[in-house]
Amino acid sequence: MDYTKLSILELAKLLREGKVTSVELTKQVLAKIKEKEHLHALNSVMEEYALARASEVDQMFSEGKELPTLAGIPITIKDNINIKGFNTTCSSKFLENFVAPYSATIVENLEKNYAVIVGKNNMDEFAMGSSTENSAFYPCLNPRNEECVPGGSSGGSAAAVAADLGFASVGTDTGGSVRQPASLCGVVGLKPTYGLVSRYGIVAFASSLDQAGPLTKTVKDSAVMLNALAGHDAKEETSANVEKVDYMDSFTGSVKGVKIGLIKEFFGEGLDEEVKNAILDAANFYKSKGAEIVEISMPFVGSALACYYILSSAEAASNLSRFDGVKYGVSVDDPKNLNDLYLRNRSQGFGKEVKRRIMLGNYVLSSGYYDAYYKKAKKVQRLLVQQFADTFSKCDVILSPTSPTVAFKIGEKANDPLAMYLSDIYTVPVNIAELPAISIPCGLNKDNLPIGMQLIGKKFSEKTLFNVADVFETMKGEN
Amino acid sequence: MKYDTVIGLEVHCELKTQTKCFCGCKNNFGDEPNSNCCPVCLGFPGALPVLNKKAVEYAVIAGLAFNCSINNESVFERKNYFYPDLSKAYQISQLEKPLCVNGYVEINVDGKPKKIRLNRIHLEEDAGKLIHDGIGGTVVDYNRGGVPLIEIVTEPDISSAEEAVAFLEALKNTIAYTGISDVKMEEGSLRCDVNLSVKPSDSVVLGTRTEMKNLNSFKAVYRAINYEQKRQIEEIEDGHKIVQETLRWDDNIGESKSMRSKEDSQDYRYFPDPDLLPVYISNEQIESLKNSIPKLPSELKQIYLGYGLSDYDASLLVESKAISDYFNEVLSYVNEPKIVANFIINEVLRKLKECNENKMKAQELSELVTLVAKKEISATAGKQVFEKMWETGKSANVLVEELGLKQVNNDDELLSYVVAAIQNNPQSVADYKSGKLSAIGFLVGQVMKASKGKANPQKVNEMLKAELEK
Repeated sequence: MDYTKLSILELAKLLREGKVTSVELTKQVLAKIKEKEHLHALNSVMEEYALARASEVDQMFSEGKELPTLAGIPITIKDNINIKGFNTTCSSKFLENFVAPYSATIVENLEKNYAVIVGKNNMDEFAMGSSTENSAFYPCLNPRNEECVPGGSSGGSAAAVAADLGFASVGTDTGGSVRQPASLCGVVGLKPTYGLVSRYGIVAFASSLDQAGPLTKTVKDSAVMLNALAGHDAKEETSANVEKVDYMDSFTGSVKGVKIGLIKEFFGEGLDEEVKNAILDAANFYKSKGAEIVEISMPFVGSALACYYILSSAEAASNLSRFDGVKYGVSVDDPKNLNDLYLRNRSQGFGKEVKRRIMLGNYVLSSGYYDAYYKKAKKVQRLLVQQFADTFSKCDVILSPTSPTVAFKIGEKANDPLAMYLSDIYTVPVNIAELPAISIPCGLNKDNLPIGMQLIGKKFSEKTLFNVADVFETMKGEN
Repeated sequence: MKYDTVIGLEVHCELKTQTKCFCGCKNNFGDEPNSNCCPVCLGFPGALPVLNKKAVEYAVIAGLAFNCSINNESVFERKNYFYPDLSKAYQISQLEKPLCVNGYVEINVDGKPKKIRLNRIHLEEDAGKLIHDGIGGTVVDYNRGGVPLIEIVTEPDISSAEEAVAFLEALKNTIAYTGISDVKMEEGSLRCDVNLSVKPSDSVVLGTRTEMKNLNSFKAVYRAINYEQKRQIEEIEDGHKIVQETLRWDDNIGESKSMRSKEDSQDYRYFPDPDLLPVYISNEQIESLKNSIPKLPSELKQIYLGYGLSDYDASLLVESKAISDYFNEVLSYVNEPKIVANFIINEVLRKLKECNENKMKAQELSELVTLVAKKEISATAGKQVFEKMWETGKSANVLVEELGLKQVNNDDELLSYVVAAIQNNPQSVADYKSGKLSAIGFLVGQVMKASKGKANPQKVNEMLKAELEK
């Protein structure tokens, strides 16, 4: 039997009933990875490591041990998350041969939950991009239509989950990098509240916006993954010190009385008609289930994209400065002097988009421009935070499209950065305001490409988001 | 034309915390290269800093010791620049909201107190150390990378090399008293940059300044300032303009050389470090840190003056914490500040110039002081005993016995010396009786001689007078 299409919760049951072993699951997933190699969803496969872990878990199951839900489940993680002893490439030439000397806190968390990590996902270089075409190695294909991009930057993660190459993946979301590819590949993607999931050991893009989150086949699986990932980390100052909750308690099966907000500005120019209709359909569905739909205006939300590209690029320029080739990474053999060493290492190591962001970031931080750009963007950020606070006094969750379009063709926007940046117009405000949001599939367009909808909540309201999303996922089919 | 020199200093001081500023690595000078390193201080991908609270406390203590106001909220920023000793290619530092602002250090200029104002004291991390292997290669030791550092920035209140050195000495001494740093220039835990400009004395407009680096001793600071002020005056007199630039002092040849001009100056692109939270310090915390600071040299000096010590003596005793601690300890055994101060200044400090180790325990010295104070031995004998104690390690009481130095206070014994002296020196007796009172000095001397210095001279004097007046 092919188990690769099942959900984590289904498999957890089978594993405990002894109907399947983790080694069997892992082997099936490994075989599928091989079969679907042309998708380029993975940069590396950790076969030996995965099988060893799987058989450990099987041993424990056979001894009748009680294990966490995730035990024995093969998953993948984005290639910007460190696992000690394995490559962390960030899909960059610069780190092509970099072996991580330590594991990220979330990897330790996954290991404590006995998840079986089988490989590392392709991505846009250093998580900069919305199509995974910026991978320095090869673009990743969308399993729903291989002529299309899977979205990005966690495109490899979304493609892997959509193509059944592992039952979940962990991506990172700085401006939509989990949710947008989830939407384009028709899977569930969660961007948790900033600080809920540790950033320690994840290669930083924009430190104040980065947040790792799961990509899964179902909303409940997302809750299983968040249970494993979330938790305070003393190694990170910005880690939230909140009480540990069980996200599996989220599900009431009802949205009665829940106020769902529709942001007027999110339904304007640039939004694909079919996507728009799918979102409005979802709103109607919720209404039919007893939720209240509220229309709200957020005039500042349009500034979010500009604000995002200033803040994220500024932080990225600084975060990526450490890649100088002195301690690791690309380093030329014959530098003429120190400056030449830096110049050539970085010129050779970084791709076009990364260079673009570094230049943009250094520009907005440079003396004479700092006040006009960086400081102003921080001001806009405060206004946006305030506007979200006002909005959440009128509703419990916001319903919006995840991306203005469905998956686009490979190459279609590759040479038009601005068009590419606009793919994130509905997702970036969430990162700027440090909020949680989830993207779930809400239908297909006429070309059978998935459409995603986004639910945004108040800080630390993941349980509400899970519940509202789960109601749609489990009951929409009934209509 | 007469010129004024305007000097501001930037002093870097490494804090003596157990661990580094943003990670758990040991903060220890002289360990094997790259042995105190981790992903955080090496700037490996994904590693994140966590602030060492102790470093903040130490920086606040420095601020309080130098009369600064402490900001209840302060922010760490990134100072971005490329250099191989800087593992992340940015230094975590402070710019807009430093921990401490507006302090001062008091120095003495020609016997008058002068306040050198401090603009700020902020906390930052040190960089690693480049080591040139001598055959064209360069390697990096990151042990120092991430060590907590305070930067103390003065206002341009310093007018001469002498003042600069007086300022540095006062600064160093006070920091040493707080215990937050080793303040060793030779190990690099204290470093100093000099900003200097000159202007005609009658002008109110400041001249163009230069910044001088690589000053590794107070002597180098002194020489460099004198060199640079002379150079700038000569440039101006020759009709040249001073170029704003960074200079590197070469102490071997006694000259400064240009490192980079203003045009090449770096844009550090400071911005708040998104990995670190703002630091909040409550007034209660500040108060409790204030109470934890040991008495500083300026306070101690006032106390010592209250004991009746001279300004000079009191100043000498607070020149080092080891000495004033020692002084206080001896006083805890025997409350004779003047005698103790004399012994420490004249004997102990003299000995310490010869060897660095103080061989005399406070309690041992206190025994000697007690003997002198009770007049059981004379001050002269006291010096002799001290010398022997230092040499042999024997106690004062034992040595006084061994050397037979116990002062003779016994009236009968003294009287026999006195009577003998009067009998043997009729001329002096006649002189005294004829009104030449100073003749008694000779007679006292005779008694001292006969008693081999053991007679109590004051008592002898009294007894002689009594006998002669009979």
